[in-house]
Amino acid sequence: MNEQELWRLMRRVRDGKMSRRAFARRMAAFGITAPMATQLLTFAGVSPASAQSVPAYRPTRRGGGGHLKILYWQAATLLNPHFAVGTTNQDASRVFHEPLAGWAADGTLVPILAAEVPSIENKGVAEDGRSVTWKLKRNVKWHDGEQFSADDVLFNYEYAKNPQIAGTTSGSYRDVNVVKVDDFTVRVEFARPTPFWADAFVGAVGLMIPKHLYKDYAGANAREAPANLRPVGTGAYKFTSFAPGDLLRGEAFADYHTENRPYFDTMEIKGGGDAVSAARAVLQTGDYDYAWNLQVEDQTLQRLEAAGRGRVNIVEGGSVEFIQLNATDPNREVDGERSHISTQHPAFRDPAVRRAMALLVDRQSIQNFIYGRTGPATPNFLNAPPRFRSPNMTMEFSVERANQILDQAGWARGSDGIRAKDGVRLKFLYQTSINAPRQRTQQIIQQAARRAGIEIELKSVVASVFFSSDVGNPDTYGKFYADMQMYTTTMPQADPQRFMNQYTSWEVSQKANSWQGRNIVRWRNDEYDRAYRAAEGELDPVKRAALFIRMNDLIVGSNHVIPIVQRPLVSASLNNLRPVLSGWDTTMWLLRDWYRET
Amino acid sequence: MTQYVIRRLLIAIPSLLGISVILFTVLALAPGDPFEELATNPAIPPEVRLQLRASLGLDDPIHVRYIAWLTSMLRGEWGYSFVSRIDVDRLILQRLPTTLIVIGTSQVVALLIALPVGVLAATRPYSLFDKIANTLAFIGFSLPTFFTGLLFILFFSIYLDWLPFVYRTQIEATGWRWFWEQVKQTIMPVMVLGLFQGAAWTRFVRSAVLDVIRLDYVTTARSKGLPERTVITKHVVRNALIPVVTLVALQMPVVFGGAIVTEQIFRVPGIGSLLITAILSNDTPVIMAVTFVFACLVVFFNLLADVIYGWLDPRISYR
Repeated sequence: MNEQELWRLMRRVRDGKMSRRAFARRMAAFGITAPMATQLLTFAGVSPASAQSVPAYRPTRRGGGGHLKILYWQAATLLNPHFAVGTTNQDASRVFHEPLAGWAADGTLVPILAAEVPSIENKGVAEDGRSVTWKLKRNVKWHDGEQFSADDVLFNYEYAKNPQIAGTTSGSYRDVNVVKVDDFTVRVEFARPTPFWADAFVGAVGLMIPKHLYKDYAGANAREAPANLRPVGTGAYKFTSFAPGDLLRGEAFADYHTENRPYFDTMEIKGGGDAVSAARAVLQTGDYDYAWNLQVEDQTLQRLEAAGRGRVNIVEGGSVEFIQLNATDPNREVDGERSHISTQHPAFRDPAVRRAMALLVDRQSIQNFIYGRTGPATPNFLNAPPRFRSPNMTMEFSVERANQILDQAGWARGSDGIRAKDGVRLKFLYQTSINAPRQRTQQIIQQAARRAGIEIELKSVVASVFFSSDVGNPDTYGKFYADMQMYTTTMPQADPQRFMNQYTSWEVSQKANSWQGRNIVRWRNDEYDRAYRAAEGELDPVKRAALFIRMNDLIVGSNHVIPIVQRPLVSASLNNLRPVLSGWDTTMWLLRDWYRET
Repeated sequence: MTQYVIRRLLIAIPSLLGISVILFTVLALAPGDPFEELATNPAIPPEVRLQLRASLGLDDPIHVRYIAWLTSMLRGEWGYSFVSRIDVDRLILQRLPTTLIVIGTSQVVALLIALPVGVLAATRPYSLFDKIANTLAFIGFSLPTFFTGLLFILFFSIYLDWLPFVYRTQIEATGWRWFWEQVKQTIMPVMVLGLFQGAAWTRFVRSAVLDVIRLDYVTTARSKGLPERTVITKHVVRNALIPVVTLVALQMPVVFGGAIVTEQIFRVPGIGSLLITAILSNDTPVIMAVTFVFACLVVFFNLLADVIYGWLDPRISYR
């Protein structure tokens, strides 16, 4: 099916000539899943049937659900969403603070403080892509009884982008302009046509703090605001107590703006300990209702699940574990900098070597023996939402083919069995952070490579060092002073624009930007750059998706990046708990809809 | 005596300064920063991380940072945690009660085990009781706490389902029920730590008593016709306990320092778990404060042990 045909069908649905269901069936015939079909429809200006993205909420009154106990093996340390470093803090602040809209599991927006999700047909999104107008709910009260209004939204914009505050949300606000239209309408304006407008005020970066409590602390004294530790938000649960690094408690907010919510009277999030015993506390002893982010081997989870008390929830997101083959030479120093962008990797500049490396990564075994359900093998770097997934990439594991390719390319085995050509030996340093599954993956690849005459030296670095921004340290992943490295990169939004900038030429990680550039593999490609620039301004969603798919094919096709497995979110809950989870937003994104089946 | 204490306190100042310099330099030289999670999140531009580093003063040279830390410390400002942006002293005070309850009780349990068992074993050396006590003590201090902790959890929580293995600071109950819940959740961590410490102390008490019990003055006391009980309690134990008291006094800082492994296993929000999370997230002000307080306590209790020693044993004089 080509693009024109797709558009024709979608217009028919929009004009009421074709039913939504018929469209979905038609799409299924082409291998397009129902959520994706719905997605396509929203692009054509057809609003999705409402209850589709979020499971039905059954309780018929507010409260009465008792106590909800959630267990995190990493404890929250602060509750101001603009200071949140990492997901635990974002989750904890999400209990009390809400954004205008959140991301559902299928990658669609769900209005929370907004009255509706802006779209072209409700005139929320401007035709030229230069602004988006949010209409706010009128019945929203802060926990202290004050009215929530456009002034609060405007305040959050000013607060987040203020450099004195050094908020972690600033990236989403510094390039936009926000105007108050009336007391319950705000407009976000962009300098250029922006197809991805759902960043500011949405999801983890969009959590609202009240103006009336923070206005005196909107500068260098931001840390001293009393509300940082006694948050006042609009959420379904209001604050009871908080011990940083240990326990957070909340109780149902009687004036919550959505009816019949929340279900639980009180809730708590306990932090600390380790992932395995957290899984145990839910699946085996049933002491807790929900355990977050269980980075535990699947075999262990299956054994615990056998107790029959709870189940493991696996929610797809965009995180991917992948290998980078350095495009530059990590062993030559230019201007006091190794892996300098002006150099070329002596072995990886040969496409045959990169192709062979990709053939030597046994993704299926890595999935089967290491990650199980928690890491499905993937040939793509960009995996989700489904509309952006490339159908063109394949994954193959074949030592034989790798040998063949290397033989043909003239890399001959020496007396020690290691291949070499023109004095360059295929001997690579392969680094990653310390984490049991990663070390096992390294070994699997090392063994396969040995059979193809490639020697791999393994190196593992403590995570807090590997991922640090410490300019003085040679072992950070940003410096990439190794031939190969492996880690997981996360995709926090259901849109790949931010995600895919990590292979653009202007993002190359180097001394000049204190190794903060996101293109760590230092691969450059003109076509990729052009496609990325085009996608940034492309307002036609179908064409834009095609551009991102092309980008994925370019970087993965170059074999400088070898995707291994996807990393979905894994959590555990009791059998009778109905949590609403999403891979595109924080765990607590729709805590108001959690309930217990009785 | 007073002169001696003053002199010791004055000597303590340079040694504490030295400790703080070493701690600070080691922490500053240690690689990494608290923003690991920001690094892999593409939604956060790298400038934000650099800005954060700069706002926390992480980019200043070490000596500038040290002097800034020292001067604010002398003014009584402990700085604030990079991770939670809360004043460090508040964080520590929040953790102190739990630490004192759990670790303090475990030390008391250890003493309650070590004293009677050690003394009894020493008065009947190589008897069946002594042999059993010895064997158990050996087993006790050769099993690491993380192992006994897991063993306890598997047996009492998972297999028997009697005790909870997640420690909760706030129990919604009042009166006796609250107390009962509190006992139930405290018993495992306290026992793990108490048995370990108790085993080591039992051996120590036994050998201390054995040393004394063979001395001539004990024989004299016996030949005077004093009942055995009086000989043991009044003459033997009193003297034998002098080294034990020193040992216990030196152990006291640990009560404040918490027990890292055990707290982590049972999710006890004590100072030990505060320290380990701070170390893992490179939260320098918290690590600095906890370790420095610990250093002060060690110096203080050393002094206290010396003073008590002289008070217990008048043969020792201070000049």
